[in-house]
Parts: sequence; C-alpha cells; structure tokens
Amino acid sequence: MSAHDSTPHDSGKDVVVHTPDGLPDRFSNPGHPEHHLRRSDQDPRANKRAELQVVGLFLISVIGTIGFLVAYFTVTPAGTPSSIRNSNLLLGLGMFFGLMGIGLAAVHWAKSLMNDHEKSEERHELRSPEPVRVQAVDVIKEGVADSAIGRRGVLKGAMISALALFPLSIVVPLIGNVGGNWNVSTLKHTMWKKGTRLTIDPTGRPVKASDLTIGSVFHIIPEGLDTTAQPLEEKAKAIVLLIRLDPRDLKIAPDRVGWSYDGIIAYSKICTHVGCPVALYEQQTHHLLCPCHQSTFDVADGAKVVFGPAKRPLPQLPITVDSEGYLVAQSDFHEPVGPSFWERLK
Amino acid sequence: MKALAARRHHRNAPVVVTLLALLTTGGLYAALAPGTAHAAEPTANDIAAGGKLFQANCSTCHGPAAGGTASGPSLVGVGAAAVDFQVSTGRMPMAASGPQVIAKPPTFDATQTAELAAYVASLGAGPAVPTAEQVDPSKGDQATGMALFRTNCAMCHNAVGAGGALSQGKFAPPLANATPTVIYEAMLTGPQSMPVFNNNNITPQEKRDVIAYLVAQRSNATSVNDLGAFGPVSEGLWAWVLGIGTLIGCAVWIGAKSS
Amino acid sequence: MTTTDSAFPGPVDYLDQRTGLGSAIKTFARKIFPDHWSFLLGEIALYSFVVILISGVFLTMFFVPSMNETVYHGAWASMQGVTMSEAFKSTLDLSFEVRGGLLMRQIHHWAALIFMAAIVTHMMRVFFTGAFRKPREVNWVVGFVLMILGLAAGFSGYSLPDDVLSGNGLRITDGVVLSLPIIGSYLSYFIFGGQFPGTQLIPRLFTVHVLLVPGLILALIGLHLFFVVLHKHTQYPGSGRTDKNVVGFPLFPIYVAKAGGFFFIVFGVIALMAALFTINPVWNYGPFDPSLVSAGAQPDWYMLFLEGALRLTPGQLEVVVAGFTIPLNVIIPAMVVPGILFTALAAYPFIEAYATGDKREHHVLDRPRNVPVRTSFGVALLTAFMILILAGSNDIIATQFQLSINDITSVFRVLLFVGPVFAFWITKRTCLALQRKDRELVLHGHETGSIVRFASGEYIEVHTPLNEHERWLRVSYEAHRPIEIAPAEDSRGVIRQGYRRDRLRQRVSQLFYEDRVEPVTPTELAAAQSHGAHDAIAPPREDLDHVESQPVGGGQHFVAPISQVTPDERNL
Repeated sequence: MSAHDSTPHDSGKDVVVHTPDGLPDRFSNPGHPEHHLRRSDQDPRANKRAELQVVGLFLISVIGTIGFLVAYFTVTPAGTPSSIRNSNLLLGLGMFFGLMGIGLAAVHWAKSLMNDHEKSEERHELRSPEPVRVQAVDVIKEGVADSAIGRRGVLKGAMISALALFPLSIVVPLIGNVGGNWNVSTLKHTMWKKGTRLTIDPTGRPVKASDLTIGSVFHIIPEGLDTTAQPLEEKAKAIVLLIRLDPRDLKIAPDRVGWSYDGIIAYSKICTHVGCPVALYEQQTHHLLCPCHQSTFDVADGAKVVFGPAKRPLPQLPITVDSEGYLVAQSDFHEPVGPSFWERLK
Repeated sequence: MKALAARRHHRNAPVVVTLLALLTTGGLYAALAPGTAHAAEPTANDIAAGGKLFQANCSTCHGPAAGGTASGPSLVGVGAAAVDFQVSTGRMPMAASGPQVIAKPPTFDATQTAELAAYVASLGAGPAVPTAEQVDPSKGDQATGMALFRTNCAMCHNAVGAGGALSQGKFAPPLANATPTVIYEAMLTGPQSMPVFNNNNITPQEKRDVIAYLVAQRSNATSVNDLGAFGPVSEGLWAWVLGIGTLIGCAVWIGAKSS
Repeated sequence: MTTTDSAFPGPVDYLDQRTGLGSAIKTFARKIFPDHWSFLLGEIALYSFVVILISGVFLTMFFVPSMNETVYHGAWASMQGVTMSEAFKSTLDLSFEVRGGLLMRQIHHWAALIFMAAIVTHMMRVFFTGAFRKPREVNWVVGFVLMILGLAAGFSGYSLPDDVLSGNGLRITDGVVLSLPIIGSYLSYFIFGGQFPGTQLIPRLFTVHVLLVPGLILALIGLHLFFVVLHKHTQYPGSGRTDKNVVGFPLFPIYVAKAGGFFFIVFGVIALMAALFTINPVWNYGPFDPSLVSAGAQPDWYMLFLEGALRLTPGQLEVVVAGFTIPLNVIIPAMVVPGILFTALAAYPFIEAYATGDKREHHVLDRPRNVPVRTSFGVALLTAFMILILAGSNDIIATQFQLSINDITSVFRVLLFVGPVFAFWITKRTCLALQRKDRELVLHGHETGSIVRFASGEYIEVHTPLNEHERWLRVSYEAHRPIEIAPAEDSRGVIRQGYRRDRLRQRVSQLFYEDRVEPVTPTELAAAQSHGAHDAIAPPREDLDHVESQPVGGGQHFVAPISQVTPDERNL
C-alpha cells in the first residue's frame, strides 16, 4: 500500500480486449486522475490560517464545556417551566458547543492540513483457494472419523434426543408463568352486572338520568371500580360512554328495546378495531370518532360503523334507573368488548 | 397638617398607613379594574337594543322571533352564554358555510354582544354568561383540571389544547387563545360538534379547574420550542428535516475535497 | 523480557507480547477507506446509537421500571396529587428534578429518531448503489436485521414512561396481537402477563429495552463492521477505481480525524436539538389510564407506516368463519403489508442475483440510473412507505391543511396502489433518459456555446469532447442483458428437464433487463467523431479559452469562421 502514483502494479487500469477492427471492445480505465494541490498545500499563509481555525474550534469546545459546567452549578431547575426551560437550554447549548467544536476542528484538520494524497489498496478474492478447501474437507472428515459418529446410530439418536429435550426445562416454566393464569376467557366479561351504578370517570360520582341534558356525553366507569383487585384491567374493559340524544333521533333495534332510557344510551368506549378509547362525540351528527384510526360509529343507529377500519358496532350496555333515580346497568354487555379475537363468539 | 405630622411617630402609625394604603389600592382597583359587562343585570334598554341588533343581523337565518329557520336553529332557551360564545369569538354572524363555523375577528363589540345576549336570554331560560370569578384560573386547581381535561376534552382538543381533527373536515379548535370565559361557555353550551358538559357532569368548580389547567399550558413548554405540541408526527418531521438534513449537510462537507 | 531492541515503548511492548497488538496496528492503521459523503450515512446511525447508549445509561440511573402505583408530589404543578405508576413518576423526576436529566432524556429520544432515520437513509444508499451485491448479500441481511431490532428498541423504549400516548400504542399492539388466528388471546396474555394492561409489562419492556435488544444490536453492529473490514468498502465508479482495488484515504490519521470528528458533530447536532426542542413531553399526556386518549395519537415516525396501514384498511374485511372471528382488517395492515415490505427488502439482493445470473464480486458501485429496474423498485417501495406514513398522519394533515380526514383517507386508499406503480414507471423512464443523456454527452461532448459556420453556410455549435475521466464515469458500467436459456427441446425433440424453471428465471430477468441503454463503445465514439455532419469537435475543456482561435479535430467540413461569430458569442 502506497501512494498510487508510485505503485507500478496497481495503476487502476483494466486489461483491454481488442476487437478485430483494431478498436477495443470497451473503453479502458484511464487510471487515477491527477492530484490537485489545495490552497493550504501551496500557500503557507493559507496553511497557517487553517491551523489557527482548527485551534479556534478546539477553543470553542473548551469554552462550551466550561459554559455547561457554569450553567450546571448556577442555573437551578426549580420546578417552574421557565427555570426548567432555561436550565435545559443553557446545558444543551454548552454541550453543543463543547461537542461541535471538537467535531468541526477534527474534520477541518483532516481536510485542510493532513496529507490528502489518495492511496490505493489491492482487494483479494474472499473465497478460499481450492487447496485450502480440500484441506478443510479433510479436516472435517478426519474429525468425523475420530468421533466415529457415522457408525454409531444409537449414540447419535440418544445425543439428539438429549439435546432436543433439555431446553424444555427452561421453556416449560417460562411459558407456564409468563401468561399469568392463562385464563383468556376473562377477555369476554366485564365487571358490569345487574344493578351496578354508572359513575363519572374519574371522580366516581353516580349519575342520575336527570343529570344528562340532550347533547351531553358522560365518560362512565362502574361503581366500585377502585375497590377491585386490578382496577386498570377492569377499567380497560368496562369504560362506557353515556350519551343523551333526542329520543326522536334514536333508531332502536327490535332486540334492544328497553336497553336505553329516555334517549340516554350507553356504549362501550373500547374500539372494536384495535381497542383505542373511542371518545370523539360529535353531538350534531351523533357520530363517534376514534382518534387512533378514525373508525366512525353512528350513536343514533346502534353505533354501527359508518367509516374507517372497524367492522363491528360498539357493544351496547343495557341500562335503566334504580329506585333512587340513578342510572344502573341491567346486565353485563351481551358480547365481548374491544378488539376482535379468534374465539370471541365461542 | 401639624397634628398629622405630630402623630407620625405614634406607635400605631404603621398600621394606620398600611390600612390606608390597602384601602386606596382596593378602591382604585375596584374603580379601574376591567369591568365585567355581564356582572350587572341587563336592563330593558339592553334587551331592546339587542332585539334591534338581532333583527338586523341574525333574523335572516334564525327567524324574526329567533324561532329558527331551515338555515339556522332556534335560539329560544340557548341562553346568554351561547350567544356570548358565538358572537364574541366572531363565529356569528357566520361568514360562509363550510364543514363548520370558524372563529374570526368579532363583528360586534362587547356592549353589543352583551345586548344581543340579553335579548336572546329574554326569550327563554338558558345558561348565563359566567362571572369573572367563575372563570378565574387562579382559583382553579390545575392538577384536577388536567384529569378532567384528559378524560373529557383531550381526545378532540389534544392533550394540551393544540386542537385536533374531527370527521368530514370538522375540527376541534386550538385553545391557546380562547379566553377563560369562552372556554367556560363552550363547556356549558356545547357549540356545534362539541357535546354539552353541563354542571352535573363537570361542576362549575371543575370547569374552573379545567380553565386553570389550560391557562397554565400556555407557559408550560419545557424547551424553547414545543413543535406545536402535535406529538410524534411533528417530532419525526423535525428529526428528518433538521436532524438528518443537518447531518447530511455536514457529511457532504466532510466528504468534499478541500479547495 | 528484553526491551532494549524493541521499537515499542514499555507499555505497548507489554501489551504486544500478550495480544499481538503490533500486527493489528500494522494491518489496520493504514487501511484504505474511500471518501464520499454518502458513506457517512451509516456512521450517523452508528454514532447516534453510541449517543443512545451514553444517554440511556444516564437515564437508567434514575428510571424506575415499575407499574406500582404512587401519588405524585414533585415539582410539576399540573401533576400534584395525581396517582401514577412509579415508571411515570420517575420519568417526571428525572426530567424536572435531576439536573441535566431533561436534556439527557431529550438527547436519548432525538437520537433514537435520528438513529432510525439514519438507518433508513443508509439502507437507501446501499440499495440504490447496488452495494448489496456479491459478496455483501449477507451483510445486507445483517443490516436489515439491525433495522428490525432498531424498531424493537424504539418501540420498547417509547412505551417505558407509561404515559397515555404510548399506553394507547400498547393497546393497539394488544389489539393487533389479539387479531392473530387461534393464538391471539394467548399471545396477548404472554406479552402482558395476563389481561391488558396488567402490572408486568413495563418491567418486561425495560429488560427488552436495556438488555436484550441493545445486546443484540451491539453484537450485530460488531458483525456488520467486521464484514465492512473483511470486504473492504465499496467505491463509486471513477478513474482508477476497479473491482480489484480500493482507492481512498488511510484510517490513520484521515479517518480517525474525519470519522472521529463526525461522531462529535452527530452528538453535537443531537444535543442542540435536545436543547431547543421538546420531544415526547409525557407530562402533557399524563400517566396511562385505559379510558384516555388525546388527539394526535401517533407512534414515533418509524412505526407510522403501520399506523397508516391500519387507518387505511376498510373494516369490511373482518370475517367470521365457522364461528371463529378472523379480523383481516387488522391482520392485513399489521402483518401482511409490513410482511411484504420487509420480505421484499430483505430478499432483494437474492432476487436481483437470480435475475442477473452474475456470480462475480462487485466492489465498484452502480450509478442508480444505470440499473433502472432496481432504482425504480426502490423508489416504488419508498413511495408506498411514504404514503403509509402520510396516512398515519392523516389527522395532523387534516387540521394543518384544513382538509377532510375522510377525503384524505379515501385518496390514500387509492394512492397506495396507484402511487408505487406510477413511481416505478416514472423512475424507470427517468433512468433510461439519463442514460441516453450520458450517451449523448459521451458521443458529442459538452456544448460550448461557440457557433461556427461551415463553408456551405450551415451553422453549428462547437462541442468539446469529454476528457477521459469524464468519459470513463459514463461508459464504465455494464448493461446487463436478460439471461439466455437452453431451448425447450433438445435436438431429438425431447422436452428438456428444468426448462420451466429456466423459463421463469428468464422472465424475471427480462423484467429487469429488457429495457436497457448500452454504454458507448470506442467504435461508436470513433464513428460519431468522424462523420462530423452534425458536430464540430473542439479540444477538451481545459483548452476552452482557446477554442475560437485554435479549432482542432472534428468533422471533414469543419471550418473556423471566427469572424462570423458575434462579439458576444450569441447565436447568429
């Protein structure tokens, strides 16, 4: 390896095949282009200037890092947004100058002061030469012969069995425990049952039918959610949107008569697409929009899908009022809530 | 004056001076503080003036008695709060029809708006314009406000009120420039696509908490530029344009031959 | 131990006797690397990964990977008294109460976005220049796996703060996992340790994020770079560069300075972004709660294409077969579409080798125009990727450009199919046109703007031929032809075995190489220069200053009527 202009065996030129008419078949590689001198190679003043620039850049880095330390010790983030902002800005700028100074200095040094003669290095084919391949095969053959594995079938079978079985001692306990109780049927039920009061998320105030005016939307959790063992898991299935429409706007399917109360209707808030909370209620169009993938459900018409990637309507929670006038569930949802899965109808 | 000067050194003097100073400041504040137009009960004159404004500017769509027409809903019973929201944000009178009515510089000044509100309120009972105290962000708790905002508002208006898309070209507007009164009125009246959040759902105190949270967001950025608070899309755009863009620029400089 | 005769000073001598350090220095210190800006794209990825490691170690000192609930009483006003997981609380604390913590967190996240962006641009460079060809196919696959691991690292880290935004991302992941036939609900339990969201996920993701994935990434980066050294770097075509050499600058000192300096530049730019721009402000989104969501619910940019695919797929595809639900409206966008995109990407080097039938090693890169079908395929794939990203941002587009989200979605549904086809076609035509332009330039030279008149009265413009270096760049490529196969029947009319397989391969090959522009041959150039009916040839550009006074070479009818060129050399 050396400067290419002094390497006789590697001129970078190709071997040229000539056609019968005297002209070559293809153009030949003209070889390395001439080296051009930089300003700093020819002018000592330019060279000196470049050197000073590199020194200056390193100094900027030193100042930046000192600035970072000063900011660290003097600017205290005291909890207010502005103090956090100032601390972050000053530390970040100090770090920026500290790093950028080094980076620019090193590159500038390499570009303008270091030797910029291109050099050329030979490549060698990666494949092993044929004799080496032969030797490799021989080595393996020798090893196989030494172990005599080819002739001892039972031994081979026993070894393979042992090796194949031992990972089970790791995999079985892992799979056994990693999925909790593995009771996937809990996906199909929520904590709503007959008589569970509808309460406001997150305060837990119970809701009376008279609390809802037309056009209202209440985000609802079941009463007693906080006292369950895993409130977030229950909440992830049980959340409900409670909406009051003008009863004249509501189209009620024959099998759902009595599920709503005086224009007040409750739907699962979990999208039937992939499970985001569907929460954007447009009270004029009665459309519910999911902000994640824009599935749109028509609240007035059984929460059927009118646009987007969901297929199924949002499950409806049958509701009524109890003796004190509070809204309560008649039962759990009549179908699993949330995203579709293989056995949801089984 | 002499008597006064003599008592200057009385041991109760500092207390008296302080009291006087407080009284003066309080009085001055009461006299000079920006008056809340809606604090006073509307007079019959206000209602009459509002009626005239209504006939001239609104009756084409809402009907001569505000009973509604094919091109505008009835305003009987919507209350002063709805009028103040729609008119003070310039949404009404409407300039052009589109997916939704958009805010613009208001057509009417504060007095005219109050008169219009008084007129509409006189047609049927409805929510009133909130008082200055009801919307005072300093009296709200922003942590409670955040919890309420995240449950009831963030899905449309974005987590810090930067706005978001609804279906068919409609949108939930950004809330950075909405006044506390307007925010309160919007919750109370549910304009356009927005649902109603009546006082049983979000209590007046809770509404003030929401306002406190939203007002706090206006100076809550933790860096110089919050990229519009739109979330990962704007972050990704900046990572590409500024981050990769700058770094490729540097790479070109590094790879170029020095002159 | 003798130290008297050694070239090495004491400590180096000590190390060399135990490690053979000297041979390594001799072999590697002056190793040659070619110089080009696009070869630094992979370095951006490498350096941003180092930045991620440095800032990540800082963050692990303060982050608590736990979903246990706690009540916040820290510095941030809008979170006072809010119940949250310890993961979320520790994220707030390390941002607001650890000095420099917010900067480190923002550096970490910006570096992650730039890491993925750099991987994608680096892959584009390797793809469009054909750097994946033999012997580098294996390294392409290593790089591809690194990209997938980058996605895994990003996604697992994005979810760690346990905020509403990333929590909804996990909810969507759960929905996607549930959609899988037969195993869906079990796989969901496997991931979450029971029902969503459970209490296991954050600790599990933490282990994945700080141990498993970075360990694999580090190991594969080692392998990736080992291959780079083993294969020696590719180089762009140019004078003096062949498949048998590598032309460039030595590792020490040029690349120590340039690449080392570039690390600091990459780190510096990321630090500047972290100083100025908020990223992932989880305190805006609040702690995770399954009933909450906010507008602008999107993942980080590198997952947006999946989000886009989910948004575009219409819901009608969900089917119920024999009582079992098969949500194809989720399976197709979340599994099939990325499956196709990624398989096409990973398998491309092998597909192209199959179509080309070329068994040689390639170390000189292709100019993208010289391999039109590859370039067009890449652009088509990128177009599909880009459309999916935009579809994943459709709500932001709707609000920023005042459009209807429904219209945007409908348009993208069509564009996803039409866009890539159109992009393929237009890129292919552009490549062929650029090749023809190269031919034109080689045959007829540069336009000089000098006009001359022949004795016959005909005016023509003087062209200067390309110098040999300019020409070599444009003629050195190889225009592959479709492979030829043996006929279907042998001489006795018997159908040849394996003919169908060969025919398929020939079809693929034709798809790739049917349309092609051959490079100019010396014979063609000689013919072009001698007929001279259209052109006059002036000397090469270096002598352009003298062209009016000393026209040389060229056509048989060439004359040099200098007096007839207007003084300002305009066309007469």
